[in-house]
Amino acid sequence: MVSASKMSKAEQNAKGFVPYADKIQEVVASIANSNTDVSHPMLNKREVKKTAYLVITSDRGLVGAYNSNILRNLFQTIEKRHNSKDEYTVIAVGRKGYDFCKKRDLPMSNSIIGMADHPTFNDIKELASETVQMYSDGEIDELNIIYNHYVSAISQKVTAKKLLPIENLDAHAAVNNDYEYDPDQEQILEVLLPQYAESLIFGALLDGKASEHAASMTAMRSATDNAGELIDDLSLTYNRARQAAITQEITEISGGVAALE
Amino acid sequence: MKTLEVSVVTPSGPVLEGSFDMVVCKAETGEIGILPGHIPLVAPLQISAVRLKTGSETKQLAVNGGFMEVKPDKVTILAQSAEKASEIDIQRAKSAKERAERRLQAKQDNIDKIRAELALKRATNRLNIGS
Repeated sequence: MVSASKMSKAEQNAKGFVPYADKIQEVVASIANSNTDVSHPMLNKREVKKTAYLVITSDRGLVGAYNSNILRNLFQTIEKRHNSKDEYTVIAVGRKGYDFCKKRDLPMSNSIIGMADHPTFNDIKELASETVQMYSDGEIDELNIIYNHYVSAISQKVTAKKLLPIENLDAHAAVNNDYEYDPDQEQILEVLLPQYAESLIFGALLDGKASEHAASMTAMRSATDNAGELIDDLSLTYNRARQAAITQEITEISGGVAALE
Repeated sequence: MKTLEVSVVTPSGPVLEGSFDMVVCKAETGEIGILPGHIPLVAPLQISAVRLKTGSETKQLAVNGGFMEVKPDKVTILAQSAEKASEIDIQRAKSAKERAERRLQAKQDNIDKIRAELALKRATNRLNIGS
């Protein structure tokens, strides 16, 4: 019940974010596509020496396979793509992700624990801007994000996305406006792209939170159902045992009376 | 008379939607006033007040950076946070201002200083609009 109300709130939060995300994507796409001679480090692919993985997990357990799915995906991706620990780093959101990396001794460059149930942009802002900064400083050459995408209350899907460098903007190029830029495109991209990347991280966090509450709701419900079944089974066994004991006692008494006669 | 559709959007949802006669805000390059029929424009904003005018009434919003997108009949302001004058928590802004001032005086390394300066700007902006 608690999770159900948390989930609907989280779903609303995720929905409230959509207009912002759409708009910022539209503007970024129209700038990036309008002119081929604008370039920005965040739009250009470069040789990948170090990859960062941002994983969004929960702080608490009791959420079914929510965390294990994400962490398995992370682990498999790392196994498949990297040979040494210098080639990647993990940024963990949530205690489960943090503990996982600690236990397996994965390199971790940043982490955040104790995220609110309904995070605001301020909660994640610092981590997001530090992460984007790491990319700008050349510390990492690629940023991937792994989180649970909220499909519906009963279905969440592990999603791995490449966030930086920013690609795949063409899909939204349909809305192409001829803007004036003040002062100029390069400087606008300077402001816009980090904000865009941060907003994508926040969007993934909201999506992940909605999934977390949904997963915890499902997990709790099946726990309740299972406990109910167990209680039914056990009371049946108890009643049988009680009856057997009574029957035995009666048999003994009547046996004793018969022996006296 | 024509009006401008204005929407102010932040990551936590839309803050304001409505039609106004004129929008005045502070872009990085200076103050800019927008009337209906403006050419399409994109400009980053400073941490400042956005003034929305209808007739003789003026509404104020505190925006923390971000940028605006202008189309002939529509203005969209995208910021990481934005508040209407009535929604500003003056107490909080005051304590944020004091905190930022203390940090600036403490003179630590550069990154902290930039952040404290930004925080101070945001707090002062909120206080100016809220009171």
